Amino acid sequence: MKAPEFSYVKPGSLGEVFDLLDRHGDRARVLAGGQSLLASLNLRLSEPELLVDITGVPGLSGIAVSGQTVRIGALTTHRQIETSAQIARHLPLLAQAVRNVAHAAIRNVGTFGGSIALADPAAEYPACAVALDATFVLAGRAGERRVKAREFFRGLYETALNPGELVTAGEFPLAGAGYQSVFLELARRHGDYAIVGLAAHALVAGGRISDARLAFLGAGSTPVLAVRAAAAIEGRQPDAQAIAAAQATLAEELEMLADLYSSRATKLHLARVLLGRALGALAA
Amino acid sequence: MDKTLLTTLTVNGKTVTRRIPARQHLSDFLRDELGLTGAHTGCEHGVCGACTVRVDGMTVRGCLMLAVQANGRKVDTIEGLSDSGEIADLQGAFHRHNALQCGFCTPGMLMSAQELLSSRPDATRDEIRAHMAGNYCRCTGYHAIVDALEEVLASRRGGPK
Ligand SMILES: Cc1cc2nc3c(=O)[nH]c(=O)nc-3n(C[C@H](O)[C@H](O)[C@H](O)COP(=O)(O)OP(=O)(O)OC[C@H]3O[C@@H](n4cnc5c(N)ncnc54)[C@H](O)[C@@H]3O)c2cc1C
Ligand code: FES
Ligand code: FES
Repeated sequence: MKAPEFSYVKPGSLGEVFDLLDRHGDRARVLAGGQSLLASLNLRLSEPELLVDITGVPGLSGIAVSGQTVRIGALTTHRQIETSAQIARHLPLLAQAVRNVAHAAIRNVGTFGGSIALADPAAEYPACAVALDATFVLAGRAGERRVKAREFFRGLYETALNPGELVTAGEFPLAGAGYQSVFLELARRHGDYAIVGLAAHALVAGGRISDARLAFLGAGSTPVLAVRAAAAIEGRQPDAQAIAAAQATLAEELEMLADLYSSRATKLHLARVLLGRALGALAA
Repeated sequence: MDKTLLTTLTVNGKTVTRRIPARQHLSDFLRDELGLTGAHTGCEHGVCGACTVRVDGMTVRGCLMLAVQANGRKVDTIEGLSDSGEIADLQGAFHRHNALQCGFCTPGMLMSAQELLSSRPDATRDEIRAHMAGNYCRCTGYHAIVDALEEVLASRRGGPK
């Protein structure tokens, strides 16, 4: 289908963006890469009157390492993340995850900030951000504030963003010494949204796993940090017994909504499979 | 605010300026305004890849980019790549391998394939499949397409494998 009629502006500064969002309220929508928004407009899932293209705002793109933090600007594309040596070195979890984000032509255009703001429960970055305990930088008319990823995702496509606010960056702590990352997902076709996925990050020493952060995607209305599974594996080697103990916690911990193709039981089974594989791979 | 905008793009090397509706996506602009019907519209929500074109040297979904977003940018379509000879070897390999039947997916396939061939000359068969996963083909069953890409990769690296 074709999108409904709308107007389009491409302001050159954050101030102008905030003015436009103030003036037009919920009749305006922010446009970044457009890889989700334009698809939903073509499907006529929403009918905004004005698109505010933020890709002309300087300073919102790029990856920078300073001190103990990797900062990813909101307009950084999936492609830039995929090909960044800094991401490969400092955030191996994200480097693995990005290969599963959509398809090449979509990765060339879609942005980090768009994915965070959209908060699709099956998206890769939100789960990675939760696993790695990242912080998002939000900016609005009133100034800048920081919100932890673990508090940012509130519900299905619901975030801590206020009306008129933008995501301007994500700040990820550098992976600590001895930490390992594994990102796994199952999708119907490579690049499609995951049926279920797992972003796993843990300290591994002498084959034993500790401080595991296991964030599932596609397993609820937001990314889900499986704290009971992490507790079950704490200090243990991922042998068959330890893995089974961790897997056994998932039925209670994951809300696990059925989707168009997979029942709740199927998805729970797949989550257990991924957890087993990830724990094995972490310690390998 | 205006629902149409004066927009200038360089398409296959030629600069064109038009006043166009903001909501018009790039594929419709190319097809309806410029008569370049090589980029097809299949699903119009990003899933099938039939609309794939190049903007500033990178493949994009023509159905997920507004023509006004491409203002000031360089657009290449299958017509341009075909006329310039840039993908003559790839087109030849598609013929030889029967990598097209109805041809609906083919312009998008060729655009995606050329991006991989030119950026990752050492791509493995698995990497080819991963890169091409965003393009649906309802006819060929894909293997012939992957075969064609493998052949071109090898010959561009210099000689058969
Ligand atoms: C076929 C297909 C498959 C896909 N598969 C995946 C997948 O497997 N995993 C995945 O994660 N994504 C997937 N995507 C989505 C893709 O990654 C998008 O690029 C991403 O979700 C949104 O980024 P964008 O820059 O395109 O945002 P847009 O589409 O421009 O915007 C998305 C939403 O976020 C808002 N927004 C954008 N930027 C900001 C900002 N900085 N601050 C506040 N609000 C903002 C917009 O108003 C809009 O509501 C897929 C898309 C398609 C079409
Ligand atoms: S028409 Fe654009 S991806 Fe299908
Ligand atoms: S050749 Fe018919 S869709 Fe690919």
